[in-house]
Amino acid sequence: MSVSNNVLAEAAAISSKSNLRILAVIAGLLVLFVAVPLGASDYWLSSIIIPTLVMGLAGISLNLLMGYAGLVSLGSAAFMSIGAFSAYNLILRAPFLPLPVVLLVSGLVAAAAGVVFGLPALRIKGFYLGASTLGAQFFFEWVFSNFTWFSNDSQSLTISAPRLAFLGWDLQSPAGRYLLAISVTTALIGLAFLIVKSRLGREWMAIRDMDTAASVIGIRIARRKLQAYAISSFFLGVTGVLWGFAYLGTSDAHTFNLDKSFQVLFIVLIGGTATIFGNFLGAAFIVLTPILLDRIVLAANLSFLGDQGALTNLQRVIFGVIIILILIKEPDGLAALIRRATTAIGKWKRGAT
Amino acid sequence: MGYFLETLTTGLFAGLMYGLVAIGFVLIYKASGVFNFAQGAMVFLAALTFVTLTERGTSFWIAFAITCGVMIATAVAIEALVLRPLRNRDPLTLFMATLGLSFVIEGATQFFLGTDVHMLDIGIDDIATDFGGILISQFDIVASLIVIGLVVVLAIVFSKTRMGISLRAVADDTLAAQSIGIRLPQIWRIVWSVAGIVALVAGLLWGARQGVQYSLSLITLKALPVLIIGGFSSIPGAIVGGLIVGAAESLADIYIGPLVGGSVSTWFAYILAVAFLLVRPAGLFGDRAIERV
Repeated sequence: MSVSNNVLAEAAAISSKSNLRILAVIAGLLVLFVAVPLGASDYWLSSIIIPTLVMGLAGISLNLLMGYAGLVSLGSAAFMSIGAFSAYNLILRAPFLPLPVVLLVSGLVAAAAGVVFGLPALRIKGFYLGASTLGAQFFFEWVFSNFTWFSNDSQSLTISAPRLAFLGWDLQSPAGRYLLAISVTTALIGLAFLIVKSRLGREWMAIRDMDTAASVIGIRIARRKLQAYAISSFFLGVTGVLWGFAYLGTSDAHTFNLDKSFQVLFIVLIGGTATIFGNFLGAAFIVLTPILLDRIVLAANLSFLGDQGALTNLQRVIFGVIIILILIKEPDGLAALIRRATTAIGKWKRGAT
Repeated sequence: MGYFLETLTTGLFAGLMYGLVAIGFVLIYKASGVFNFAQGAMVFLAALTFVTLTERGTSFWIAFAITCGVMIATAVAIEALVLRPLRNRDPLTLFMATLGLSFVIEGATQFFLGTDVHMLDIGIDDIATDFGGILISQFDIVASLIVIGLVVVLAIVFSKTRMGISLRAVADDTLAAQSIGIRLPQIWRIVWSVAGIVALVAGLLWGARQGVQYSLSLITLKALPVLIIGGFSSIPGAIVGGLIVGAAESLADIYIGPLVGGSVSTWFAYILAVAFLLVRPAGLFGDRAIERV
């Protein structure tokens, strides 16, 4: 009797703990889906929150490949551009498709390209993969700026956001575009978690840590590597649609240039490899640093230093210095910093009670 | 046929210049295992410093000496502020650090020296001379002689001098080299300085051709396929790789470009490099076989 009571009490404790966790998740989702779009100003939504979300998602995409599977890519933006141009053409040429289907198909097209440019990974390793992915970077920039069919023969080669709508809801307003971005991001984070925790994710990490051992225990390395490229590129493709249409509104081939690829790389390294939430810290850093530097220059009235061009160069210097400093001081990225801080607070709290 | 040969020679000369930039990478890769993305920024820094000095009336050799001094000071600063704190870290972190470094160098160079495009005259005429029906520019001939001279000097330095032998020891086995008393920081300072001076020569030759401007730092992107084809750790490899890339790019632009409706030189070298990698993963002259699964 008493034993079963104990078990019941324990079960109740466990379920109340998991209830708490579920409550926390629900509260978090309520904040993200209701409070943020209602509370944040249009400026915050369009210039800070949406780009941070989307770049964070780009970071997750690359992190799946780099952080978990240990493969290099310097051409993330190429796969983003494939997503954006696919979505544009799908909406243009098949207007009956609902938005979620467009996103899915654009991601799949990017995934197919990812597999093709990931093929060399079966033969070559490490930094050399930079060549194939950089090849993708320059190849697709060239394709989308040379073949005007992709931009519907527009004179400027730009693609403009189609009317974003879903089930009759208009998603053109900042809040609408935010809701689109946050829904896609939430879904993809969930998917990323499932993948990372699954057998696939564990096998990626085994390949990353020691591929010879992984092949000895029967992991099919070639297939897993190609899957890593496919999944990462799928994520990047969807991210590209969001960047082109939910954030910028218009874009062209050069929106997704090498600088963008490097930004995604920075997000992974600054946020921390093999973390999911660290990417949003890295993305916030990439999005906020230029804005903050601008503000500081304005506030400190440093404009005597020179014209706008000189200030841009000064920002470049400061940005480079910050990146080097983070690499030196925080090898595991901002995610590790936050983790240490929360452990410290936890300890301090336990000590206090 | 004549047209083909002319395209080929133009490509080969351009390739020699790619090789020159790639040598700077090879030096640094050998000594510190870093793929130095900032090499292009160093080319830009050197060329802009030099041209700023000569435009203010400094004579060629004094400007050359001062610019060498600037490159050495840069090398010392990089060793102390970036390389030393990052030693023993994985290659990708070091690569990222050199990306950050390239932002710093490009930003600082343009902040202090301005963003204008400068014409650079180093006293060699760009006159075409007829060689058995093929027109070759005098500038190309002199430039290639300079590159060959530089390669010979570097080869002698590495095989005969104490510094060169220490450097090869470091490249072979860093730990063993340190244990017999080779001081790594000093080697790094020297190698980055030499790479800086190679960058200066590259900057002068490229700058004289296309003007001194920001786009000089994009040469980095041409050097990667060159290195992959030639091997990351071989100076002759850098030159041969450069020649292959230069020739292939120039021929592809003429003969493949029109078929696909545009200049293919932005990406052709990379596809070529990947094709090479599939056949010879260590590059033509690479000394370290990449571990295969």
